[in-house]
Amino acid sequence: MTGGTLYDTLRHFADSWGLVIMTGIFLALAAWPFRPGAKARNHRAATMIFDDEPRAEGSETDGR
Amino acid sequence: MESLALRAGGWLLLAFLAVAAVATAADSGFAIHMAIFAMAALAALWVTISRADYGAIGRGILRAPDPGRYDDDVIRWGVVATVFWGIAGFAAGLFIALELAFPLLNFDPYLNFGRVRPLHTSAVIFAFGGNALIATSFYVVQRTCRARLAFPNLARFVFWGYQLFIVLAASGYLLGVTQSREYAEPEWYVDLWLTIVWVAYAAVFIGTIVKRKEPHIYVANWFYLAFILTIAMLHIVNNLAIPVALTGSHSYSAFAGVQDALTQWWYGHNAVGFFLTAGFLAMMYYFVPKQAERPVYSYRLSILHFWSLIFLYIWAGPHHLHYTALPDWAQTLGMVFSIMLWMPSWGGMINGLMTLNGAWDKIRTDPIIRMMVMALAFYGMATFEGPMLSIKAVNSLSHYTDWTIGHVHAGALGWNGMITFAAIYYLVPRLWARQRLYSLRMVNWHFWLATLGIVLYAAAMWVSGITQGLMWREYGADGYLVYSFSETVAAMLPYYVIRSAGGLLYLAGAIVMVVNVWRTILGHLREERPMTEAAYDPAADRPIISTAVLAKEG
Repeated sequence: MTGGTLYDTLRHFADSWGLVIMTGIFLALAAWPFRPGAKARNHRAATMIFDDEPRAEGSETDGR
Repeated sequence: MESLALRAGGWLLLAFLAVAAVATAADSGFAIHMAIFAMAALAALWVTISRADYGAIGRGILRAPDPGRYDDDVIRWGVVATVFWGIAGFAAGLFIALELAFPLLNFDPYLNFGRVRPLHTSAVIFAFGGNALIATSFYVVQRTCRARLAFPNLARFVFWGYQLFIVLAASGYLLGVTQSREYAEPEWYVDLWLTIVWVAYAAVFIGTIVKRKEPHIYVANWFYLAFILTIAMLHIVNNLAIPVALTGSHSYSAFAGVQDALTQWWYGHNAVGFFLTAGFLAMMYYFVPKQAERPVYSYRLSILHFWSLIFLYIWAGPHHLHYTALPDWAQTLGMVFSIMLWMPSWGGMINGLMTLNGAWDKIRTDPIIRMMVMALAFYGMATFEGPMLSIKAVNSLSHYTDWTIGHVHAGALGWNGMITFAAIYYLVPRLWARQRLYSLRMVNWHFWLATLGIVLYAAAMWVSGITQGLMWREYGADGYLVYSFSETVAAMLPYYVIRSAGGLLYLAGAIVMVVNVWRTILGHLREERPMTEAAYDPAADRPIISTAVLAKEG
């Protein structure tokens, strides 16, 4: 196999299956926090940084 | 005891090897560097043998409070180092700005523009920014994981090893030791040393996450982790090189031609993406909610921001090589991914700004919040300008001109600088257990000096960049270029002077910060009028008394 054909093989993989796999992984990861039931966990994660100190007035949120 | 002997022996062996390298050095730059290295190894040896509790010494010098729940010594050193290297880096920047305006200041060979310029970029990015990232990452990871640092001795090695890297890099530039790769100028042996330090840094950070007592890993740690791992990968690949001699400071890159160029800009742009963006976004996702005392606007958006940034940034590098020997499809790929990056960047900016929703009044009353908002505004501005400049048609005008310099500084001074200053002002009273900062009004002064400095800098560079680009491509009716290159250089003088003035203001703001941080550490409190006072008019401000009450009393 010459350098040119190796390049072509990688190039074709990159813009076919490689692209599909990367897009799939990205969409799965990006959609994960939007799954049903994640709201409470997101709220807990977002407010966790205030837990070890007295909470300031009005810092409650609706868990966006 | 055996481990102590082993460690002391190890440092002694390193010192001996360094001295042997000095004796057999092929060039003077390598000899000087090995002498610095030998001194550092001997200092480490002395500390190991005397087994000095130099955490206690550090606490004495820096007047730190007793050790608390978390291991904060390294963070205190890191904050001091950040402030120190910040001043050094800004001063170097002002100096080279003046060199460009007044070429008389190019003192050959050690202080000419070519040598001081990498000193400036490395000092602000890696010394100022790097120390800020290491210090804040150790601070944030302990608090959000509710665990002390995993390997305390290794954490101390990371700090001092990183300072040694900075000293070797900076002295090398002035001595002319460089492999001339953008943002990666240190030669092969300094790169190897940084690799060791960086692996230790990753071990401390990941180790702390592993022993966390909080089940969820807070999003700021995701950004820090992405920064640490990606920089490790970029650093190793970009610096693959063959040294000419094992006792010399010269090497040749493992890549050649356009492959080398692409490797450099794959590294260079991702250094921006993962060092100056992901790492500082981690600071944003912790310190902005803490200072505003409100949780981040949308945690889901922060996760989306994270993955989009990670998946898109790594492909954007080729936009630095438009209209070069790089294949056309690769240029277009870089451009497309750069434009797509606009969306997650603005998602992150909006997420940071909207965290203040319901507390917008703090912009008026809290100068630290004001700095954070300005940082986010510049993050948004620079991440809009970047995709725009990556478009080939725009790039054909902007590339190689001062517009690029203006763009970089809007991001670096506005985003990285401002968020770092805000984090320092947040950290110092907490790390030294002070009631408050020495002076909030001085933070306000710092804010305005820095903002005005950036405005002068960026505006001057926009005008000079576009002027340059237009002059370079101006053809006359006879088909010849209208301007010679020296004419375009002469046309830059007013803008270079304005730029220097901007840099001077920015440096002045940082000096105000030094005084403020210093006095806060000493425990002084400045007597000053508060930033805001509730307006009170005894004649008008009377409670409304209901007529029923009045009737009853009457």
